[in-house]
Amino acid sequence: MITNLTGILFDGVAYGSLLFLIGVGLSITMGLMNFINLAHGAFAMAGGYIAVLALSRAGLPFAATLALAFFGTALLGGVAERLLFRRLYRAPHLDQMLFTVGFIFSSMAAATYFFGAGQQLVTMPEALQGQVRVFGVDLGIYRLFLILIVAIITILLHLMITKTRFGAQIRAAVDNQDASAGLGINVGLVFSLCFALGSGLAGLGGALGVEVLGLDPTFPMKYMVYFLLVVVVGGSGTIKGPLYASIILGICDVAGKYYVPEAGSFIIYVLMIVLLLAFPAGLGGRRA
Amino acid sequence: MTRHSIPRRRFPSLPALAVAAAAGMTAPALAAGDTVKVGLLLPMSGSFTEYGRQMENGIRLFVKQHGDTVAGKKIEFVIKDDGGIAPEKAKKAAQELLVRDKVDVLAGFAFTASALAVAPLAKSSGTPMVVTNASSSGITAAHPYMVRVGQTLPQITEPAGRFAAESGRKRVYVLVADVTAGHDAEKAFVRGLTAGGGEVVGSVRVPAQNPDFAPFIQRIKDAKPDAVFTWLPPGEATIGFIKGFNQRGLAAEGIEMLGTGDLTDDLTIEATGDPALGVITTGHYSMAHKSALNETFVKDYLESYPGDKRPNFLSVSAYDGIAAIYKALEATNGDTDGEKFTAALAGLKFESPRGPLEIDADTRDVVQTIYVRKVEKVDDKLFNVEFHEFPQSRDTAK
Amino acid sequence: MNQPNPPIPADTGPYTSPVESRHMNHRLASARFTLLELLFWLAPVAAYFLFPGHYALGALIMTYALAVLGLDLVLGYAGIVSLGHAAFFGIGAYTAGLLAVHGWREPLSGLLIGGVAALAVGAAASFLVVRGKDLTRLMVTLGIGLVVYELANKLSEITGGTDGLSGIEIAPLFGVFAFDLYGATAWWYAYAVLLVVFVALKFVVNSPFGLSLRAIREGVNRMPALGVAVDGRLRLAFTLSAGVTGLAGALMAQTTQFVGVDALSVPRAAEFLVMLVLGGTGRLYGAIAGAAVFLIARDLLSDVNAVYWEFWMGILLMATVLLARGGITGGVAALLGRLPNGRASNDSKVARRTAP
Repeated sequence: MITNLTGILFDGVAYGSLLFLIGVGLSITMGLMNFINLAHGAFAMAGGYIAVLALSRAGLPFAATLALAFFGTALLGGVAERLLFRRLYRAPHLDQMLFTVGFIFSSMAAATYFFGAGQQLVTMPEALQGQVRVFGVDLGIYRLFLILIVAIITILLHLMITKTRFGAQIRAAVDNQDASAGLGINVGLVFSLCFALGSGLAGLGGALGVEVLGLDPTFPMKYMVYFLLVVVVGGSGTIKGPLYASIILGICDVAGKYYVPEAGSFIIYVLMIVLLLAFPAGLGGRRA
Repeated sequence: MTRHSIPRRRFPSLPALAVAAAAGMTAPALAAGDTVKVGLLLPMSGSFTEYGRQMENGIRLFVKQHGDTVAGKKIEFVIKDDGGIAPEKAKKAAQELLVRDKVDVLAGFAFTASALAVAPLAKSSGTPMVVTNASSSGITAAHPYMVRVGQTLPQITEPAGRFAAESGRKRVYVLVADVTAGHDAEKAFVRGLTAGGGEVVGSVRVPAQNPDFAPFIQRIKDAKPDAVFTWLPPGEATIGFIKGFNQRGLAAEGIEMLGTGDLTDDLTIEATGDPALGVITTGHYSMAHKSALNETFVKDYLESYPGDKRPNFLSVSAYDGIAAIYKALEATNGDTDGEKFTAALAGLKFESPRGPLEIDADTRDVVQTIYVRKVEKVDDKLFNVEFHEFPQSRDTAK
Repeated sequence: MNQPNPPIPADTGPYTSPVESRHMNHRLASARFTLLELLFWLAPVAAYFLFPGHYALGALIMTYALAVLGLDLVLGYAGIVSLGHAAFFGIGAYTAGLLAVHGWREPLSGLLIGGVAALAVGAAASFLVVRGKDLTRLMVTLGIGLVVYELANKLSEITGGTDGLSGIEIAPLFGVFAFDLYGATAWWYAYAVLLVVFVALKFVVNSPFGLSLRAIREGVNRMPALGVAVDGRLRLAFTLSAGVTGLAGALMAQTTQFVGVDALSVPRAAEFLVMLVLGGTGRLYGAIAGAAVFLIARDLLSDVNAVYWEFWMGILLMATVLLARGGITGGVAALLGRLPNGRASNDSKVARRTAP
């Protein structure tokens, strides 16, 4: 079984990448903006349905589908922020929680109404299917693709937050809203854009996740634990933290399920508790 | 018409006396003698909305085809949501059906937990229960007036084991979801397989919610079996497993996939797509079943519910459940007394769209033909095409 | 969690200034019942006689209310957000259920043993829970809940797994009142248990222990300086809370004569949390109001449309947040200006308005 170690590591990193993709948007809206956004899954679901419509029904190319999932969901998120969520930035966390749970309820019913209750069919392009053999190890092409996307997203987000003017404005606005406004930053706009970005990433994650996670109207509830896992174990305010968290959880989960399948369902939960107790502020916690 | 008998209390109950008085006041002033009320417990919301929809469609289709009057009685249906696998919701709904709506017969029950949660209540009111889907072994023992017309999990699973061994797929890897149904399926399959001289080369139970099958599929690949047998809850798990199996090239290495009908159910097979081709399953109903009755059933169903998905085992079992109720009422001349109603159903034989159907006279459990099917393309659509059968299959776990 | 003003878990948003310290209103904190409260407790009795045929719903509401009361102790008073309370609910339920299945049919002792079992597990879990801030605690409690759920699922030989634990038969209450088809006995049983636990909790939250919990919640950094063993008090609060929710689980097992594994599930824990926040935290009455409003709304909405009721439930929850900060009782308190035993706990605006 040692010979399989490379393959297992690869699968673990790929699974971690998937966890990161579906959770990274939340590390923006909840981690960075400190808004308890349990509705993250609703936006991920929206991205998934956009992908299904674009890919399977309209027959668009895969790249266009992903772009559409990102920008379409970002638009939805931006609109929802302007109409609803912005009223709650100053509300207590528990009210944010209740509101976003309500949002999930309504969005699940709406998804059932428009798309039906069942699983959706998605067929990935031929080029992303199957396996390639690298140094004697079979690697899934779609999994390689996910890892690549994660690398791109991580670099772009990191650059945006640390190097661009918009990133500086976000950090300033999050740290001190009033002072930022005093410095001439349009705080309302920065927050809207930030929320739209987080929602867009959720949509992208949803679109990329359909192939593995499936898609039906219960998606936002079913995978909520996984979204939260990535962000809370990773720690808020960074992109690195959630990335480390996803990869560690992914590798341990896959390796655990492969080597000790009897403990399959416990591994990720127990690991979560241990990591949280060891790092209460998260792996990459900016402000412990 | 006979009302269900009020439970005999061995002890006086002060609050209950007040209730009895109050309940008397609110009893509907309808001519109770002319109607039979059937309370339907179906999962209408939550993860299993589609199940409820399939069942409701089957019921409505039967009524559409056969009218709503039997033995001079008008049949009235009251549908209540049991919320999927939410037994206390089911129990509350059943209590309301019995106390408020005063139903004469309870039917539906997508899940064992719902049926078992309601059984004590129906037992105490003496109301017959017609179970159309709940599949755990032996549940009819919970209530002397419970009749099952759907299927039992061991009934559809053990033939898969027998078929695997008989057809030379001797070395089999078993993968099931780590839930009660998965454990039961594992037992039943292994029983069938070893009875036929087959061998389990490895087995694994996977978490019910398991987003990534990669590590488990890799274990199967390492074990190099002739075939893998799978039971997973239909939905993203079955779809994810079949896709992962395909992506990892197990089929290319000559490992075949076996399962129960749940794996390639008519409800999910279109969302699974081409990776499902060639999967062999055992089940009691396929939309592609060849019989005149099924052709009419499928044609009428698709015409009646054009926006909905294909009819599947849930639709046909619910359809048969109502058929059984109609037949029982014909035999009792409209009497819903638990004793007489159940006696009329025990030993009943009739033709269903799925094939010949029988209610065992002693256990009140379903006896039917289990078919071995293979996923093939017919007119460019995926179907479970039957090619072998195990007639007179019973619930074998008892 | 990482927020600019860490002292008050769960209570402040990122940009609020720290809630100004307020004087405890001793008249409001009294453990005695007021007229308004008496009316509150007579309302269910009136409903009992006005709506026969709805006893099942009534008993369900009171059972949930009891579970949510337990959660309120730990969230509303100690400030610990728990998404793991379904674990204690389920442990209480399985304990009472298994006792009955194996021949211990006397309801009151079964109820107590169920509560004690949950209390014991809660005591063990409390050591894990007091660390970290609110999101960390939320995830740790969630993790505990998930592990307990998986255990019950794996031990299906004992628990019945997803098929549930059936065959629960309960002896008549006091040897006299049998559990009947209409659910009348179950209704009165649930009512009595809820009332007794409520009165007990009222004493707890108004005791020096209860007051110290609020003080810890409002300014955790200052309490050690006053000589208060913060962690120990939080652990005690969590343990008690687990016990109360466990009692609710045991009550559920006895009145429905069935335990499903979903009693332990995360959605169940989330329901408790939603009900509590909907009703309003830190008031005890919020727990009951939240359970009642949520379950009655669900009942009515799913009778109107069994498939899409969730849509309207979502609208209801969102509207509550937008219209009434601090949940239903928070909104009522804001309207009345005061509420018996009420403390506008999780909203600084209401708090400022009601503060002297």
